[in-house]
Amino acid sequence: MSNEISHREELAEDEERRTHQQPNYMTIFWWLFGLTVVEVSYSAFTHPPKLILMTVLVGLAVIKATMVALFFMHLKFERKSLGIIFASTLILGVILVSVGIAEQVLPRP
Amino acid sequence: MDHTAAATFPAGPVPPRALHGAAHGHGEEPTTGIPHDKMGMWVFLCSEVMFFTGLIGSYIVLRFGSPNWPHPGNTLNIWLTAGNTFLLICSSVTMVQALASIQRGDTRKLKLFLCLTLLFGASFLSVQVIEYWKLLHEGFNPHVSLFGSVFFTTTGFHGFHVFCGVVCMAFVTGKAFLGKYTQASHQGIETIGLYWHFVDLVWIVLFTIIYLF
Repeated sequence: MSNEISHREELAEDEERRTHQQPNYMTIFWWLFGLTVVEVSYSAFTHPPKLILMTVLVGLAVIKATMVALFFMHLKFERKSLGIIFASTLILGVILVSVGIAEQVLPRP
Repeated sequence: MDHTAAATFPAGPVPPRALHGAAHGHGEEPTTGIPHDKMGMWVFLCSEVMFFTGLIGSYIVLRFGSPNWPHPGNTLNIWLTAGNTFLLICSSVTMVQALASIQRGDTRKLKLFLCLTLLFGASFLSVQVIEYWKLLHEGFNPHVSLFGSVFFTTTGFHGFHVFCGVVCMAFVTGKAFLGKYTQASHQGIETIGLYWHFVDLVWIVLFTIIYLF
């Protein structure tokens, strides 16, 4: 019984700690804004090979999406279990898209 | 006897701190340490990840499989949509500031930031409607090409999600003006915030994939 109560106290303390951890949201905003400007400018004003263009743009989008998930959705401060649940879905999604791309790119017998 | 309650709150004294979740409006103390409504929203968002993965995956497969895919910049107004992306990023910041405000107990700023989020969300939708109207007027529609079909399907579903978010945000803002949220009980703000940030996150990926290459 006492173990269960102390476990609950730990959970409550943990939630309180997470609630009060707040990054500087305006810094995140300026990073997101800056990266968007870089993305649009790179796409509009440069003409690199298609593969390089795609790699750079997707890389920047992944960085931006990760920043939103970590800082605005507070995944950085959440319990690991929540991150694992979300990450497992993302991994499934990446596998799904990769299989689709591989079917198009790889030579067919 | 309520067996669920017995499982979560066994007989005996429960320390005040253990009721922290209940004080936040979470109901029964969650065994996972994560409030039930927040956990429910995360599970829902996981299903949304799979939904948008299906759409984005289809777009990528169709695009790589099509030899004559048009350059998006020739049809779409990239700068208008870049401005729209900026609006959505702004709305995410105001949303997270609304949550931070109520966590500090500042209900005046909560209302201000919720109104701003609502305004940015509605502006995003308005710009998307203008974009659609212009494209349709120029003859670019879902029937004209494969690109047109997947463009309207993907951005349309995202727009529908933003619309649902704006409706929920209006509801939450109304509750805030009625004084329903306090420093001790504000889980609704966090839950709708998660959905809103997710919609922003999806747009960041969609904008890059559909508009920029």
